[in-house]
Amino acid sequence: MVVESPKPFPNMEVPTEDEYLYCIRCGACLYTCPTYRETVRETDSPRGRIFLARKLLDGSEEITPNLIEQMYRCLACGACNVACAVGNKPADIALQLRWLAQQVEPAGWKEVVFHKTLTRPGLMEAGTVPLRLYQLLGFRTVANALRITSLLPRQLRDMERQLPGIPARTARSQIAEVTPAMGEHRARVGFFLGCAQNLLFTEGSKATVRVLARNGNQVITPRSAQCCGMPAIGYGDWDALRAFARHNIELFEKLDVDFIVTDCATCGSSLKEYGHYLAGDPVWAERAADFSARVKDISEYLSSLELVKPAGRIKARVTYHDPCHLVRAQEVRDQPRQLLQMIEGLELVEMNEADWCCGSAGTQIITHYETSMGVLDKKMANVAATEPDYVASGCPGCQMQLTLGCKRSGIQADIVHPVQLLDRAYQDEQD
Amino acid sequence: MAICTAVVKQLQAIVGRKYVLDSREDLLCYSFDGTFAEFMPDLVVEPGSTEEVSAILKLANEHEIPIIARGMGSGLAAGTVPFGGGIVLPLNRMDAILEIDPLNMTATVEAGVITFDLQTAAECHNLFYPPDPSSIKHSTIGGNIACNAGGPRCLKYGVTGNYVMGVTAVLADGRIIKSGGKTIKNVTGYNFAQLFTGSEGTLGIITEAILKLVSKPHYVRTAVAAFDSLDDASRTVNAVLSAGIVPATMELMDETAIICIEEAMHLGLPVDKEAILIIEADGFDQDGVRHEIEAIARICQDTGASSVQVAKDEAERADLWRARRSVGPSLARRAPNKLGEDISVPRSQIPEAVRRIKEISRRLELPIVVFGHAGDGNLHPNILFDQRDPDQWDRVQRAVTEIFAAAVDLGGTLSGEHGVGTLKLPYLESDVGRISIEVQQLIKRALDPKGILNPGKALPLMEPSSHD
Ligand SMILES: Cc1cc2nc3c(=O)[nH]c(=O)nc-3n(C[C@H](O)[C@H](O)[C@H](O)COP(=O)(O)OP(=O)(O)OC[C@H]3O[C@@H](n4cnc5c(N)ncnc54)[C@H](O)[C@@H]3O)c2cc1C
Repeated sequence: MVVESPKPFPNMEVPTEDEYLYCIRCGACLYTCPTYRETVRETDSPRGRIFLARKLLDGSEEITPNLIEQMYRCLACGACNVACAVGNKPADIALQLRWLAQQVEPAGWKEVVFHKTLTRPGLMEAGTVPLRLYQLLGFRTVANALRITSLLPRQLRDMERQLPGIPARTARSQIAEVTPAMGEHRARVGFFLGCAQNLLFTEGSKATVRVLARNGNQVITPRSAQCCGMPAIGYGDWDALRAFARHNIELFEKLDVDFIVTDCATCGSSLKEYGHYLAGDPVWAERAADFSARVKDISEYLSSLELVKPAGRIKARVTYHDPCHLVRAQEVRDQPRQLLQMIEGLELVEMNEADWCCGSAGTQIITHYETSMGVLDKKMANVAATEPDYVASGCPGCQMQLTLGCKRSGIQADIVHPVQLLDRAYQDEQD
Repeated sequence: MAICTAVVKQLQAIVGRKYVLDSREDLLCYSFDGTFAEFMPDLVVEPGSTEEVSAILKLANEHEIPIIARGMGSGLAAGTVPFGGGIVLPLNRMDAILEIDPLNMTATVEAGVITFDLQTAAECHNLFYPPDPSSIKHSTIGGNIACNAGGPRCLKYGVTGNYVMGVTAVLADGRIIKSGGKTIKNVTGYNFAQLFTGSEGTLGIITEAILKLVSKPHYVRTAVAAFDSLDDASRTVNAVLSAGIVPATMELMDETAIICIEEAMHLGLPVDKEAILIIEADGFDQDGVRHEIEAIARICQDTGASSVQVAKDEAERADLWRARRSVGPSLARRAPNKLGEDISVPRSQIPEAVRRIKEISRRLELPIVVFGHAGDGNLHPNILFDQRDPDQWDRVQRAVTEIFAAAVDLGGTLSGEHGVGTLKLPYLESDVGRISIEVQQLIKRALDPKGILNPGKALPLMEPSSHD
C-alpha cells in the first residue's frame, strides 16, 4: 500500500504528479540545456528544476522567491522536453510553477502590463517609439517589479542595440483590413498580427500579407486582435493569457476564415495552445480547440500550398536560425528552409546547431543578462562560421537578439524574416 | 555538520564568491545523482583549476570537512550523494580539452570535459576515443575514470581504464600528484594512474588526465537481430564469439526494454519479440566489415533469430544507438522508481545469468527488465517499483541480494561499470572478501588519513588513524 501524504496548494492549478514523479535524474537533459551549458550548474539544469518542482509539490519544500527564480532562469526553449526519453517536460514545469507563484501571490505589475496595456493595442501604438518598446515587452515595469533598479550600462547599451530600425508607423496602420487575393482564389485567411511585428517588424508583416495575397489568399487583418498571451505565459499569468485567448477566439470566429496565419513564431506557439489552456473551461474548450486547429505559421501554411515560383533572383548566402517557438513548440523545421530554397540564386548555408536557443526568451536581457549574452555568443559563433549575408528567422524575439548578436560579434549581416526574402523575389519580378 | 563562516570566507577567497553556493535551492540540486538517493550537502564549491582544488582540499583537510567530487551526477551507485554532508565539489567548470596530440595519439583533458565532447574533438583528427558509456553526453571524463566506466564498445575496445595513460590528482591534504604520461611504456614506480581509476572519489580528486586515442575505424555496420526466445538471444553471444569474431558491440534488450524504447522513439523495433541483439562490426577494410556482419547474421539465424536487419545508413545507425542509450530512461514511466543493477559475469555465463534474473523476477513478483552489454558479460537488470510501498521496497531489497548472489555464484561480480558507491556497499564483502577490504582501507588511510574524501563510499567507513 502506498501512503499518500496531503499535497500542498489545494484548489490551485499545479502540475499533476504524473508530470514530475517519473524523473529518474539520469541527466540526459543537461547537454541540451542552454542555461546549464552556460553555467554548468545543476541548479540551471532541467533536472535541477524538475527536482525542485517535485520537492515543492510533494510538500517537502516551501515556496520561496529563490525557488521560483530558478523557474524564471529557464529560457523555456523546450530542448529538454524533446530530449527526455521518459517523456517529462521540465520546461513546461518551469512555466507552470511561475503560474503557481502567481496564484499564491499575485504580482501587481502584471495587472498593469497584461490586463491594462497589452489588452489595448491603441495604447501601445500611441507612445513614442522607445516607449512603445518598453511597454511592449513590459521592460520597465518588469525591471521595476523585479527590483532591478540599476541596469548595467552595457546592459542598457545592448538593449538599444537589440532594436531594429524602428518604423515610424505601425504595421496595423499600413495593412488593409481586407487584402484581396491575386490570381485564382484559394482561401480566406485571417492574419494574426502580433504586437512585436506590428510595432517593430512592420516590413516583415507587410511582406507576409503580400506573399499570401500573391498566392491566391484573401487576407483579413482584424484591427482589434490582442496580445497572443505568450508574455503572460512567460510571467506566469494564465488568467491574463486566458482573457487574451477568449478575446482572440471570439474575434476570429466572426471573421469566418479557413486558416489563421501568423508570421511570429511566438504568437503561433501560443495560439496553437489555446485549446490546451482552455481545455478545462466548459464554455470555451471546444471553441478554443477549433481555433487552435486552424492556426498555422506562415512558413507552414505557404509550404502546404502550390506556390507561385518567384521570378526574381537574390544572390546571397543565407543562414537560417530555428526559433524555439517554431522548431520545437510547433515542430516546424523544414518549411522555412523550403521557402528560402525556392529563391533563385539564394544559397542556404546551414549553421551548426541551428535549433539551439539564441538566449532571447523575451526579456532575459533584462532579467538574466549574463546568461542571455553567453547563450547568444555561442549562437553567434555558429552564425559567423557560415559567413552569411542574411540571417533568416521567423521570430521577432530571435530577430532582435540576433541583431544585437551581430553587433556584439562584428558580423555584417542583415536579419530578416524568411518571408521577406521570398517577398523580395516576388517584387523583383515586377520590376 | 555546519561549516563555520571563517572557512566559507576562505573558500570564497580561493574560488571567488560566485562559485561558493549555499542557497537551499543550490544545495538541493546537488543532493542527488542518477539514483533515487538524496542527501543535502552543506556547501557546493566550484573550482576552476587544479590549484584551486588543492587549496580547497588543504583547508577541508585541516577542518576535517568531507569533500565529495562530482561530475555530471549521472552515477548509478549514489556515489556523489553527500550522505553526512560536507562539500560537494563539481568539476564541471574545468572542461578544457587541453590538447589532442595526433602523433602520440593522446588527449590531455581537464576532468570536467563531457565524454562526448572529447570524442567529437578526437574525431576531428580522425582519431577515436572508444569508451562509450550510454551516458556519454551526460557524464564527465573525471567521473568515467573514477568509476572506470564501460559501454557497448568495451567488448572489443576495453573500458575507460584501458585508455588512462596519466592522471593529475589532488590528494586529501592538497598535494598535487602527477602520474603516468604520454609514453606507451612506463614502469617507473607504482601505476598511480590506474590506482585512481575506479577509486570513486575516495583517494583523490582527479583534475586532469592523459588519455590514449586510437585510429578511427573507417567502416561500421550495425545489425539488429530479433529473437522469439530470450534464451536464444543470450546464447548467440557465445556462438558469435566462439566463431572467432569479435564485434565492436553486442547489446541485449529484453521484451519490455524493446516495448518501452519503441513507445518513446517509434523506430519500428520488433515489439512482439522476446529479445533483440544490436551487433556492430567496425574496421578499416570495407569488405572485411561486410563479411563480418554477414557472418554474424548467419550465426544469429542458426541460433534462432527470426530476423536480422542491417542499418541501411548512418542516420538509421545513429537512431539505433540513440534508442539503445535511452533504454534506461524509457523504462521510467512503468513505475515511480527504478533500480538499475550492473552485474558482470564471465560471458560464457550470460545465458544462465539471464535465466536466474528472470526466475527471481517471477518468484518475487517484481518486474525486472534485462538489458545490457551482453557481449562483455555485463547486464543491467532494472527493477521497477514504487518505493512508497514498504512491501515492494522489501522485495526489491531481496531481489538485489539474490541477483548479486547469483552473479558471484557464476564467477562474476556486483558491478561491471557503475561502481560500489553507497548502494552496493552492504554486499561488498560477499564479493571481494574481508582481506581485500582491509587492504583497500590501508591504501585509503595512506592517501587520506582523515577520511575526508567521499567518506563511506566504495569502502566501509573505518576509524580515523591513531597518529592524527
Ligand atoms: C542513462 C544512463 C546510462 C548509463 N550508462 C552507463 C554505461 O553504459 N556505462 C557506464 O560505465 N556507466 C553508465 N552510467 C553510469 C554513469 O554515467 C557513469 O558511472 C559515469 O562514469 C559517471 O560520470 P559522472 O561524470 O556523471 O560522475 P558522477 O556521477 O558525478 O560521479 C560518479 C563518481 O565519481 C566520482 N567522481 C566524479 N568526478 C570525479 C573526479 N574528477 N575525481 C574523483 N572522483 C570523481 C564521484 O565522487 C562519484 O563517486 C549510466 C548512467 C545513466 C544515468
